[in-house]
Amino acid sequence: MTSELNLAGRLGERVEGHFVHLTTDDVVHVAALARLHVTSEETESLVLELSRILDYARDLQELDLTGVPATSQIGITTTVVRADERRPSLTAAEAVANAPDEDEGMFRVPAVLEG
Amino acid sequence: MEFETVIGLEVHVELRTRTKIFCSCAVEFGAASNSRVCPVCLGSPGVLPVLNEEALKLGIRAALALSCEVRRSSKFDRKNYFYPDSPKAYQISQYDEPIGERGCVVIAGTSAPRSIGITRIHLEEDAGKLTHSPFGDASLVDLNRVGIPLIEIVSEPDLRTPDEARQYLEEIKSILQYCGVSDCRMEEGSLRCDANISLRPVGQATLGTKTELKNMNSFRNVVRGLEYEQERQRAVLMAGGAIVQQTLRFDEATGTTIVMRSKEDAHDYRYFPDPDLPRIELTQAYLDARRAEIPELPAQMRARFEQAYGLPTYDALVLTSTQRLARFFDVAASQAVDPKAVSNWLMGDVLGYLKEMGEDIDAQPMRPEQLAGLLRLIDDGTISTKIAKTVLRDMMTSGQDASAIIEQQGLVQISDEAALREIAERVIAANPKSVEDWRAGKEKALGSLVGQMMKETKGKANPQLVNRLIVDMLRD
Repeated sequence: MTSELNLAGRLGERVEGHFVHLTTDDVVHVAALARLHVTSEETESLVLELSRILDYARDLQELDLTGVPATSQIGITTTVVRADERRPSLTAAEAVANAPDEDEGMFRVPAVLEG
Repeated sequence: MEFETVIGLEVHVELRTRTKIFCSCAVEFGAASNSRVCPVCLGSPGVLPVLNEEALKLGIRAALALSCEVRRSSKFDRKNYFYPDSPKAYQISQYDEPIGERGCVVIAGTSAPRSIGITRIHLEEDAGKLTHSPFGDASLVDLNRVGIPLIEIVSEPDLRTPDEARQYLEEIKSILQYCGVSDCRMEEGSLRCDANISLRPVGQATLGTKTELKNMNSFRNVVRGLEYEQERQRAVLMAGGAIVQQTLRFDEATGTTIVMRSKEDAHDYRYFPDPDLPRIELTQAYLDARRAEIPELPAQMRARFEQAYGLPTYDALVLTSTQRLARFFDVAASQAVDPKAVSNWLMGDVLGYLKEMGEDIDAQPMRPEQLAGLLRLIDDGTISTKIAKTVLRDMMTSGQDASAIIEQQGLVQISDEAALREIAERVIAANPKSVEDWRAGKEKALGSLVGQMMKETKGKANPQLVNRLIVDMLRD
């Protein structure tokens, strides 16, 4: 692992061939939003991995795409369909197993009332 | 000042598939909470949605049946919003490239038939269902409905009265049921309707400020909700006030509308193309095949019933209310001497008895050929109309031919003049008072004597013959 890198405060510096694009606090924040538990070692390696992805995005942004139509697809397939055949679903117990709170097979969330 | 009402409807219809639109979970009404979900519809990381071919076919069939132009090339988009009914935090829908556009349906209108424009039809997935804790401290989420295939049908603001809105809904429902696209059961949520309504001074071209009505769970409540809102807006405008653009919920108990939330703008949803779903590219042959799946539609059937069988418009409308009833009539009428008589029997006794039984025409065992057979036996004098009503009920429970029931139960009409004359003599002899009354000019006395005859013959005497015989005998 890369725990000895001590990435704190090195935003924008070049580490192991890549620029550091985000802070360990950013990673901790995103992990909390995604309800992921990450150790401090994992946080540091994630800073580097996510930075590499952001590097890639920055590289793409540098391309001159004048005249190239926008796409959301890589365009190798179209009209992919499946047959209307049933397959087993999860059980209600499995479905709610990872929920922070549940009540008799239902996801229990903070009250949302309209009207 | 005179106002004109402008109404547009958004109708969500559940497609009749076996599985969800992007995963293989079963579509079943009334399943236990969260028992029809999988990682795809739960929005777990790393899953890949795959379009259900049947949902695509049904969506295209619906678009064609509603006279839409179908896009040969379209795509799916993500409609982003945060609400617990959507585990992915977006709904897969179609934004700027809907599968169908520029359609129409014709309704009877208030005074003359009108064509109501359909702006667009697009495919999308349904969201989950929330129930709220009675203590108000939590909401409970059932995600079985997430991913159920829907089409949303958006009308042009072409409707002018709440009743036209009802006619439009009836016609859409009827067309989609005929095509096998959907059951359109409003009580099970397989057809849902939101309405936009505004008023404007008669003659003004620009639209007034609209309100959106939700939560109308029956066609009757659509009319009630729109009528209430129409009057509410009229009162506000007459008093010099301004309509506030907002979403309202129709409250069935009070028959009024209640404010839900201020309208979110389209850009709040941050639509963008769904990168997980490849574009849909369709060949002309594929579209032709979908068109070939469309059966004779209710409007065409109504016109044919009026022309080929000489039915009044009202009869044609009632008989085409469901495809099963229309097909039943079609077969029976084609084998009967008098199609109007078939219509009368179907609309009267048959529908009446079905209503009593709470059944559909296909759920009872009588076949259309058998109904035509019953009518022939009335025509040739084998049974009276009165006896036929009893025989019909028997046919609709036992499924036997009319002739078999008549034979088993000895219901053949007595048209033997000698036999009837003998009974008439007895009846006349036993009722001197009625005879005297009739001779004194009381026409009603004849009815009493005929009634006695029918009683003696257990209703089997040929009524016309009995009438004639008694009059003849009384005159002698």
